[in-house]
Amino acid sequence: MRSLSEFISLGGYGFYVWGSYLFALVAIGGEVLSLRRRKKSSDK
Amino acid sequence: MNLYKYASPTVFYPLAGKLIPWFSISSALLFALGLYVGFFVAPVDFQQGDAYRIMFIHVPAAWMGMFLYVLMAIYAGVGWAFNARLASMMASSISITGAMFTFLSLVTGAFWGKPTWGTWWVWDARMTSTLILLFLYIGFISLQASIEDTRRADRAGAVLALVGVINVPIIYFSVQWWNTLHQGATIRILNKPTIAPPMLAAMLIMLAACWLYSVAVVLIRLRHIIAERELQRARFAEVVT
Repeated sequence: MRSLSEFISLGGYGFYVWGSYLFALVAIGGEVLSLRRRKKSSDK
Repeated sequence: MNLYKYASPTVFYPLAGKLIPWFSISSALLFALGLYVGFFVAPVDFQQGDAYRIMFIHVPAAWMGMFLYVLMAIYAGVGWAFNARLASMMASSISITGAMFTFLSLVTGAFWGKPTWGTWWVWDARMTSTLILLFLYIGFISLQASIEDTRRADRAGAVLALVGVINVPIIYFSVQWWNTLHQGATIRILNKPTIAPPMLAAMLIMLAACWLYSVAVVLIRLRHIIAERELQRARFAEVVT
Protein backbone atom coordinates (compact mmCIF):
# COMPACT_ATOMS: atom_id res chain seq x y z
CA MET A 1 0.00 0.00 0.00
CA ARG A 2 1.37 3.41 -0.97
CA SER A 3 1.29 6.55 1.12
CA LEU A 4 -1.15 9.29 0.18
CA SER A 5 1.54 11.58 -1.24
CA GLU A 6 2.93 8.73 -3.36
CA PHE A 7 -0.58 7.98 -4.54
CA ILE A 8 -1.13 11.59 -5.57
CA SER A 9 2.22 11.98 -7.34
CA LEU A 10 1.99 8.54 -9.05
CA GLY A 11 5.72 8.38 -9.73
CA GLY A 12 5.71 11.85 -11.30
CA TYR A 13 2.78 11.06 -13.63
CA GLY A 14 0.15 12.43 -11.25
CA PHE A 15 -0.62 15.55 -13.28
CA TYR A 16 -1.28 13.53 -16.45
CA VAL A 17 -3.21 10.70 -14.81
CA TRP A 18 -5.36 12.90 -12.56
CA GLY A 19 -5.76 15.40 -15.39
CA SER A 20 -7.21 12.64 -17.57
CA TYR A 21 -9.64 11.47 -14.92
CA LEU A 22 -10.61 15.01 -14.01
CA PHE A 23 -11.40 15.68 -17.65
CA ALA A 24 -13.40 12.44 -17.83
CA LEU A 25 -15.38 13.58 -14.79
CA VAL A 26 -16.06 16.96 -16.41
CA ALA A 27 -17.11 15.38 -19.73
CA ILE A 28 -19.38 12.73 -18.21
CA GLY A 29 -20.68 15.03 -15.47
CA GLY A 30 -21.33 17.73 -18.07
CA GLU A 31 -23.39 15.36 -20.19
CA VAL A 32 -25.45 14.26 -17.18
CA LEU A 33 -26.00 17.86 -16.03
CA SER A 34 -27.05 19.06 -19.49
CA LEU A 35 -29.60 16.23 -19.63
CA ARG A 36 -30.97 17.29 -16.22
CA ARG A 37 -31.35 20.85 -17.51
CA ARG A 38 -33.04 19.64 -20.68
CA LYS A 39 -35.52 17.72 -18.53
CA LYS A 40 -36.46 20.90 -16.67
CA SER A 41 -36.98 22.85 -19.88
CA SER A 42 -39.07 20.11 -21.52
CA ASP A 43 -41.24 19.74 -18.41
CA LYS A 44 -42.39 23.33 -18.72
CA MET B 1 -45.61 -10.86 -27.75
CA ASN B 2 -45.53 -8.27 -30.46
CA LEU B 3 -42.09 -6.72 -30.44
CA TYR B 4 -42.93 -4.34 -33.27
CA LYS B 5 -45.09 -2.28 -30.97
CA TYR B 6 -41.92 -1.11 -29.21
CA ALA B 7 -40.95 0.65 -32.43
CA SER B 8 -43.66 3.16 -31.59
CA PRO B 9 -42.19 6.16 -29.71
CA THR B 10 -45.20 6.46 -27.39
CA VAL B 11 -44.96 2.78 -26.37
CA PHE B 12 -41.20 2.91 -26.03
CA TYR B 13 -41.21 6.02 -23.82
CA PRO B 14 -42.44 4.40 -20.57
CA LEU B 15 -40.41 1.23 -21.21
CA ALA B 16 -37.20 3.30 -21.48
CA GLY B 17 -38.20 5.08 -18.28
CA LYS B 18 -38.30 1.77 -16.41
CA LEU B 19 -34.91 0.65 -17.76
CA ILE B 20 -32.93 3.85 -17.09
CA PRO B 21 -32.44 3.46 -13.28
CA TRP B 22 -31.01 -0.06 -13.70
CA PHE B 23 -28.47 1.03 -16.28
CA SER B 24 -27.54 4.14 -14.27
CA ILE B 25 -26.99 2.31 -10.98
CA SER B 26 -25.05 -0.61 -12.48
CA SER B 27 -22.88 1.82 -14.47
CA ALA B 28 -22.03 3.84 -11.33
CA LEU B 29 -21.14 0.66 -9.42
CA LEU B 30 -18.92 -0.62 -12.23
CA PHE B 31 -17.15 2.76 -12.58
CA ALA B 32 -16.36 2.59 -8.84
CA LEU B 33 -15.18 -1.02 -9.08
CA GLY B 34 -13.14 -0.36 -12.23
CA LEU B 35 -11.36 2.62 -10.65
CA TYR B 36 -10.70 0.61 -7.49
CA VAL B 37 -9.13 -2.27 -9.45
CA GLY B 38 -7.32 0.19 -11.74
CA PHE B 39 -5.72 2.22 -8.96
CA PHE B 40 -5.39 -0.19 -6.01
CA VAL B 41 -5.13 -3.71 -7.45
CA ALA B 42 -3.35 -3.31 -10.80
CA PRO B 43 0.45 -3.13 -10.35
CA VAL B 44 2.73 -0.40 -11.68
CA ASP B 45 3.75 -1.06 -15.29
CA PHE B 46 7.48 -1.74 -15.52
CA GLN B 47 7.83 0.25 -18.76
CA GLN B 48 5.28 3.04 -18.47
CA GLY B 49 5.17 3.47 -14.69
CA ASP B 50 1.86 4.86 -13.42
CA ALA B 51 1.14 6.74 -16.66
CA TYR B 52 -0.47 3.61 -18.10
CA ARG B 53 -3.39 4.04 -15.66
CA ILE B 54 -4.74 6.61 -18.12
CA MET B 55 -5.50 3.60 -20.35
CA PHE B 56 -8.38 2.53 -18.09
CA ILE B 57 -10.35 5.52 -19.32
CA HIS B 58 -8.61 6.17 -22.66
CA VAL B 59 -9.14 2.73 -24.22
CA PRO B 60 -12.82 2.35 -23.23
CA ALA B 61 -13.50 5.93 -24.41
CA ALA B 62 -11.85 5.24 -27.78
CA TRP B 63 -13.77 1.99 -28.21
CA MET B 64 -17.07 3.64 -27.29
CA GLY B 65 -16.41 6.41 -29.80
CA MET B 66 -16.08 3.82 -32.58
CA PHE B 67 -18.85 1.42 -31.43
CA LEU B 68 -21.32 4.24 -30.95
CA TYR B 69 -20.54 5.64 -34.39
CA VAL B 70 -21.35 2.28 -36.04
CA LEU B 71 -24.48 1.95 -33.91
CA MET B 72 -25.54 5.50 -34.78
CA ALA B 73 -25.04 4.83 -38.51
CA ILE B 74 -27.08 1.60 -38.30
CA TYR B 75 -29.97 3.33 -36.51
CA ALA B 76 -29.82 6.29 -38.89
CA GLY B 77 -29.80 3.89 -41.88
CA VAL B 78 -32.73 1.86 -40.52
CA GLY B 79 -34.65 5.05 -39.79
CA TRP B 80 -34.08 6.23 -43.34
CA ALA B 81 -34.69 2.92 -45.18
CA PHE B 82 -37.80 1.84 -43.24
CA ASN B 83 -39.08 5.30 -42.37
CA ALA B 84 -38.82 4.36 -38.69
CA ARG B 85 -39.01 7.54 -36.60
CA LEU B 86 -37.79 5.94 -33.36
CA ALA B 87 -34.62 4.59 -35.02
CA SER B 88 -33.76 8.06 -36.34
CA MET B 89 -34.35 9.57 -32.92
CA MET B 90 -32.06 6.90 -31.45
CA ALA B 91 -29.32 7.91 -33.92
CA SER B 92 -29.64 11.56 -32.86
CA SER B 93 -29.49 10.57 -29.22
CA ILE B 94 -26.37 8.40 -29.71
CA SER B 95 -24.49 11.12 -31.61
CA ILE B 96 -23.94 13.35 -28.54
CA THR B 97 -22.62 10.56 -26.33
CA GLY B 98 -20.43 9.23 -29.16
CA ALA B 99 -18.94 12.68 -29.71
CA MET B 100 -18.31 13.03 -25.96
CA PHE B 101 -16.41 9.72 -25.79
CA THR B 102 -14.39 10.49 -28.94
CA PHE B 103 -13.40 13.87 -27.52
CA LEU B 104 -12.53 12.19 -24.21
CA SER B 105 -10.32 9.64 -25.99
CA LEU B 106 -8.43 12.46 -27.77
CA VAL B 107 -7.89 14.45 -24.57
CA THR B 108 -6.83 11.45 -22.45
CA GLY B 109 -4.60 10.34 -25.34
CA ALA B 110 -2.88 13.74 -25.25
CA PHE B 111 -2.42 13.40 -21.47
CA TRP B 112 -0.76 10.04 -22.10
CA GLY B 113 1.29 11.18 -25.08
CA LYS B 114 2.91 14.13 -23.33
CA PRO B 115 4.83 12.17 -20.63
CA THR B 116 5.48 9.02 -22.73
CA TRP B 117 6.13 10.38 -26.25
CA GLY B 118 7.03 13.93 -25.24
CA THR B 119 4.23 15.51 -27.29
CA TRP B 120 0.53 16.25 -26.79
CA TRP B 121 -0.31 15.59 -30.41
CA VAL B 122 1.16 14.23 -33.66
CA TRP B 123 -0.51 13.84 -37.06
CA ASP B 124 -0.28 10.08 -36.78
CA ALA B 125 -2.78 7.92 -38.76
CA ARG B 126 -4.73 6.73 -35.73
CA MET B 127 -4.95 10.11 -34.08
CA THR B 128 -5.83 11.91 -37.31
CA SER B 129 -8.55 9.37 -38.16
CA THR B 130 -9.94 9.69 -34.62
CA LEU B 131 -10.04 13.46 -35.04
CA ILE B 132 -11.97 12.89 -38.31
CA LEU B 133 -14.39 10.71 -36.32
CA LEU B 134 -15.00 13.64 -33.97
CA PHE B 135 -15.61 15.91 -36.97
CA LEU B 136 -18.08 13.37 -38.41
CA TYR B 137 -20.02 13.41 -35.14
CA ILE B 138 -19.96 17.21 -35.04
CA GLY B 139 -21.01 17.31 -38.70
CA PHE B 140 -23.93 14.95 -38.00
CA ILE B 141 -25.06 16.96 -34.96
CA SER B 142 -24.83 20.37 -36.64
CA LEU B 143 -26.39 19.13 -39.89
CA GLN B 144 -29.40 17.84 -37.96
CA ALA B 145 -29.60 21.04 -35.94
CA SER B 146 -29.55 23.19 -39.08
CA ILE B 147 -32.55 21.53 -40.80
CA GLU B 148 -35.88 22.43 -39.30
CA ASP B 149 -38.00 19.64 -40.82
CA THR B 150 -37.08 16.73 -38.52
CA ARG B 151 -37.59 13.93 -41.06
CA ARG B 152 -35.47 15.77 -43.63
CA ALA B 153 -32.84 16.32 -40.93
CA ASP B 154 -32.93 12.58 -40.15
CA ARG B 155 -32.40 11.66 -43.82
CA ALA B 156 -29.55 14.12 -44.32
CA GLY B 157 -27.92 12.88 -41.11
CA ALA B 158 -28.29 9.27 -42.25
CA VAL B 159 -26.42 9.94 -45.50
CA LEU B 160 -23.55 11.60 -43.63
CA ALA B 161 -23.46 8.88 -40.94
CA LEU B 162 -23.40 6.04 -43.49
CA VAL B 163 -20.71 7.61 -45.66
CA GLY B 164 -18.61 8.25 -42.55
CA VAL B 165 -18.70 4.59 -41.45
CA ILE B 166 -15.72 3.96 -43.75
CA ASN B 167 -13.62 5.89 -41.23
CA VAL B 168 -14.17 3.33 -38.44
CA PRO B 169 -12.18 0.42 -39.99
CA ILE B 170 -9.55 3.00 -40.97
CA ILE B 171 -9.15 3.95 -37.29
CA TYR B 172 -9.13 0.34 -36.18
CA PHE B 173 -6.54 -0.91 -38.69
CA SER B 174 -4.51 2.31 -38.87
CA VAL B 175 -1.90 0.92 -36.48
CA GLN B 176 -1.33 -2.03 -38.84
CA TRP B 177 -1.60 -0.25 -42.18
CA TRP B 178 0.64 2.69 -41.37
CA ASN B 179 3.75 3.10 -39.33
CA THR B 180 2.16 5.01 -36.48
CA LEU B 181 3.51 6.47 -33.29
CA HIS B 182 0.40 5.12 -31.61
CA GLN B 183 1.01 1.61 -30.31
CA GLY B 184 -0.74 -1.48 -31.70
CA ALA B 185 -3.68 -3.27 -30.09
CA THR B 186 -3.00 -4.74 -26.65
CA ILE B 187 -6.20 -6.73 -26.50
CA ARG B 188 -7.03 -8.94 -29.46
CA ILE B 189 -10.03 -11.17 -29.84
CA LEU B 190 -8.17 -14.25 -31.09
CA ASN B 191 -4.81 -13.94 -29.33
CA LYS B 192 -4.03 -13.85 -25.66
CA PRO B 193 -3.91 -10.30 -24.35
CA THR B 194 -0.43 -9.01 -23.66
CA ILE B 195 -1.18 -7.33 -20.33
CA ALA B 196 -1.41 -8.52 -16.71
CA PRO B 197 -4.82 -9.92 -15.59
CA PRO B 198 -5.71 -7.09 -13.10
CA MET B 199 -4.89 -4.47 -15.76
CA LEU B 200 -7.10 -6.28 -18.25
CA ALA B 201 -9.85 -6.67 -15.64
CA ALA B 202 -9.81 -2.94 -14.81
CA MET B 203 -10.02 -2.04 -18.49
CA LEU B 204 -12.90 -4.44 -19.19
CA ILE B 205 -14.84 -3.30 -16.09
CA MET B 206 -14.41 0.33 -17.20
CA LEU B 207 -15.55 -0.63 -20.70
CA ALA B 208 -18.68 -2.31 -19.27
CA ALA B 209 -19.31 0.79 -17.13
CA CYS B 210 -19.00 3.02 -20.21
CA TRP B 211 -21.44 0.81 -22.12
CA LEU B 212 -24.03 0.89 -19.33
CA TYR B 213 -23.52 4.64 -18.95
CA SER B 214 -24.06 5.09 -22.70
CA VAL B 215 -27.27 3.07 -22.66
CA ALA B 216 -28.57 5.10 -19.70
CA VAL B 217 -27.82 8.57 -21.12
CA VAL B 218 -28.89 7.62 -24.66
CA LEU B 219 -32.25 6.41 -23.30
CA ILE B 220 -32.68 9.54 -21.17
CA ARG B 221 -31.94 11.77 -24.17
CA LEU B 222 -34.16 9.63 -26.40
CA ARG B 223 -37.05 10.26 -24.02
CA HIS B 224 -36.45 14.01 -24.28
CA ILE B 225 -36.33 13.78 -28.07
CA ILE B 226 -39.55 11.73 -28.14
CA ALA B 227 -41.27 14.20 -25.79
CA GLU B 228 -40.13 17.22 -27.80
CA ARG B 229 -41.02 15.75 -31.20
CA GLU B 230 -44.37 14.30 -30.18
CA LEU B 231 -45.23 17.67 -28.60
CA GLN B 232 -44.30 19.33 -31.87
CA ARG B 233 -46.55 16.92 -33.79
CA ALA B 234 -49.42 17.46 -31.36
CA ARG B 235 -49.11 21.24 -31.72
CA PHE B 236 -48.96 20.89 -35.50
CA ALA B 237 -52.11 18.72 -35.45
CA GLU B 238 -53.87 21.34 -33.35
CA VAL B 239 -53.02 24.07 -35.82
CA VAL B 240 -54.14 22.02 -38.83
CA THR B 241 -57.44 20.74 -37.43
